[in-house]
Amino acid sequence: MQALTNRAKPVERRPMTWLESIYLWNIIKGMAITFSHIFKKKPTINYPEQKRPFSPVFRGLHVLNRDEEGRERCTACGLCAVACPAEAITMEAAERLPGEENLYREEKYAAKYEINMLRCIFCGLCEEACPKDAIYLSETFAPSNYTRKGFIYGKDDLLIPDPKQAPADFAKAKGLAEA
Amino acid sequence: MGITQILFWVLSAVALISAIMVLLSKNPVHSVLWLIMVFFAISGHYILLNAQFLAIVNLIVYAGAIMVLFLFVIMLMNLNTTTEPQKNLWLKLTGAVAGGCFMMMFVSLVRQAGDMQAKTAQVTDGNIGLIKNLGKALFSDYVVPFEISSVLFLSAMVGAVVIGKKA
Amino acid sequence: MILLSFDWMLAVEKLILIAVIILASLGIALYTTFAERKVAAILQDRRGPNRAGPFGLLQPLADGLKLFFKEDLIPNNSNKFLFILGPALAMTAALMTCAVVPFGDKAEVFGRTVTLQIADVNIGILYVFAVVSLGVYGIMIGGWASNNKFSLIAALRGASQAISYELAMGLSLIAVLMITGTLQLGEIVKQQMSGQWNIVYQPLGFLIFFICALAECNRTPFDLPEAENELNFGYHQEYSSMKMGFYLFAEYVNMIISSAVMATLFFGGYDLPFLDESTLPVNIAAIIGVATLLTKIVIFLFVFMWIRWTIPRFRYDQLMNLGWKKMIPLALANMLLTGAVILWLGK
Repeated sequence: MQALTNRAKPVERRPMTWLESIYLWNIIKGMAITFSHIFKKKPTINYPEQKRPFSPVFRGLHVLNRDEEGRERCTACGLCAVACPAEAITMEAAERLPGEENLYREEKYAAKYEINMLRCIFCGLCEEACPKDAIYLSETFAPSNYTRKGFIYGKDDLLIPDPKQAPADFAKAKGLAEA
Repeated sequence: MGITQILFWVLSAVALISAIMVLLSKNPVHSVLWLIMVFFAISGHYILLNAQFLAIVNLIVYAGAIMVLFLFVIMLMNLNTTTEPQKNLWLKLTGAVAGGCFMMMFVSLVRQAGDMQAKTAQVTDGNIGLIKNLGKALFSDYVVPFEISSVLFLSAMVGAVVIGKKA
Repeated sequence: MILLSFDWMLAVEKLILIAVIILASLGIALYTTFAERKVAAILQDRRGPNRAGPFGLLQPLADGLKLFFKEDLIPNNSNKFLFILGPALAMTAALMTCAVVPFGDKAEVFGRTVTLQIADVNIGILYVFAVVSLGVYGIMIGGWASNNKFSLIAALRGASQAISYELAMGLSLIAVLMITGTLQLGEIVKQQMSGQWNIVYQPLGFLIFFICALAECNRTPFDLPEAENELNFGYHQEYSSMKMGFYLFAEYVNMIISSAVMATLFFGGYDLPFLDESTLPVNIAAIIGVATLLTKIVIFLFVFMWIRWTIPRFRYDQLMNLGWKKMIPLALANMLLTGAVILWLGK
């Protein structure tokens, strides 16, 4: 058989010589290698205190966005749920009542909006599908939880803080979302 | 009653009880462990006689090596109370009679032996059991039996190798 | 009735010494588990435990507490008495060895001269050897009593490995004894203080002894009794809680004691090189001696760990080949050579 490259090395199958059979030289070589690693730089970081920057295209936990006046942008059109390949998104729509104009931007809004983070594959298709720029993928990931229930994120988990009422939190969330 | 005597009685009691338990235990692993206790008690006796070398070699060779091999074999064979062969009553009786006769003979022999008469054990002041004296005795007075026993061991080893090669 | 007509102060002194040495070895063993993880991390370019306390120094306490509060399970079909006896034996055998190791020359406490050795017996080395050979019972009994196939196989492996390597260990010891001419560990150290360390005369003997010590402590590359990948966890698979802790701990205590024995036999024990201890005050010399021995032990422990995180485990046939076909002939040759040289020089 012709070799594909000239880098292939045939395996040596000769029996070990006596000196090799007490393994001493090879052990010393190995120990020299591990010893040299004492002086190498550690690639590990102290995680919760230090964090590595995310890539700008990182797709993490979802955020439901609000507009400048603090109104929810989502109109519960269901395009994200249709686009979702993992069928992780469910929602229930409701009609905006008079007097709720400061809460919801459009006449229809999502009364219930759930994403199952165990199903989600973080592909970002929901973000692309959304005609109202209401859903974004942020740069955090889902923290661990004891139960499966805990991974079904409702509206209260997903909604970005109100820019009017909690501007600091909003800026923080926004900064993470757009960093 | 000095501390040596107390130790002597305690060790003797331990040795005898353990030896009886070796025979009475249903579980062979327990028997081996009781036998190890016997060796410890006997080593204690050696130490009382100031024969430290014998005491420790007794532990190394018997408790440390031979009993480990015994245990090894028993564990591999998975002996337990249910698989123990039941011997019939007559066999047990003959065994007891023969053993009793042997013990009688042994005791009377020891009591009549000329070397043993009117001698007491050299407790704590004897020094033949110390390693230097023992070595000298072994390599001068007893050199022929010593070498013969080493030849015996060698032949046993060669025999073991031959059997191992055959299998 | 004069029951006990001996020096009571001596008994008190020895009891205190025993307590101190046992507590010290346990404390060092505790921190050796921490050091093991730290050394592993450093050799693998990681950080290691650093959460519990400053630099993770409270980690061993956390580990111990965790083990302590675990549920103590005894398998239903196990032999209950032997199941409990196993770890106890392992721990006892591990701690018993330190009785003859000289931790220092002597110190003066309240006007009494205290020898920093529990018992300088006539047959010191043989005592170490006997206790080491008894250590295998902990593994064997525990493994058998668990009533588990993996534990049993591990126990058998442990026993056969210990017996195989004891031979080479004994043979390498004989060469040392030929040079020293005594079995008393205290005397051996004194000889090395006035002359050369024994490693100068016995480099090959030390190497063999060291390899056999690795095998006796069940350390990598000879940790076949606890081979995780083939035997799940080895002989202590069925154990939990503090019984498990005892087994793990006994391994570290064994390491410490064998380091101490190696330091004593080959590296001058509590002897600090290029320093004449006899000119110093007794207590200062004692402190220097203990510190020196501890330093040597720590260096040996590091080498133990360094080897563990470098070398993979031997296969069983390789282990037996190395033990019987390589180590024993080497040790025999070393013994013959030493004897011949001693005869030739007419010592």
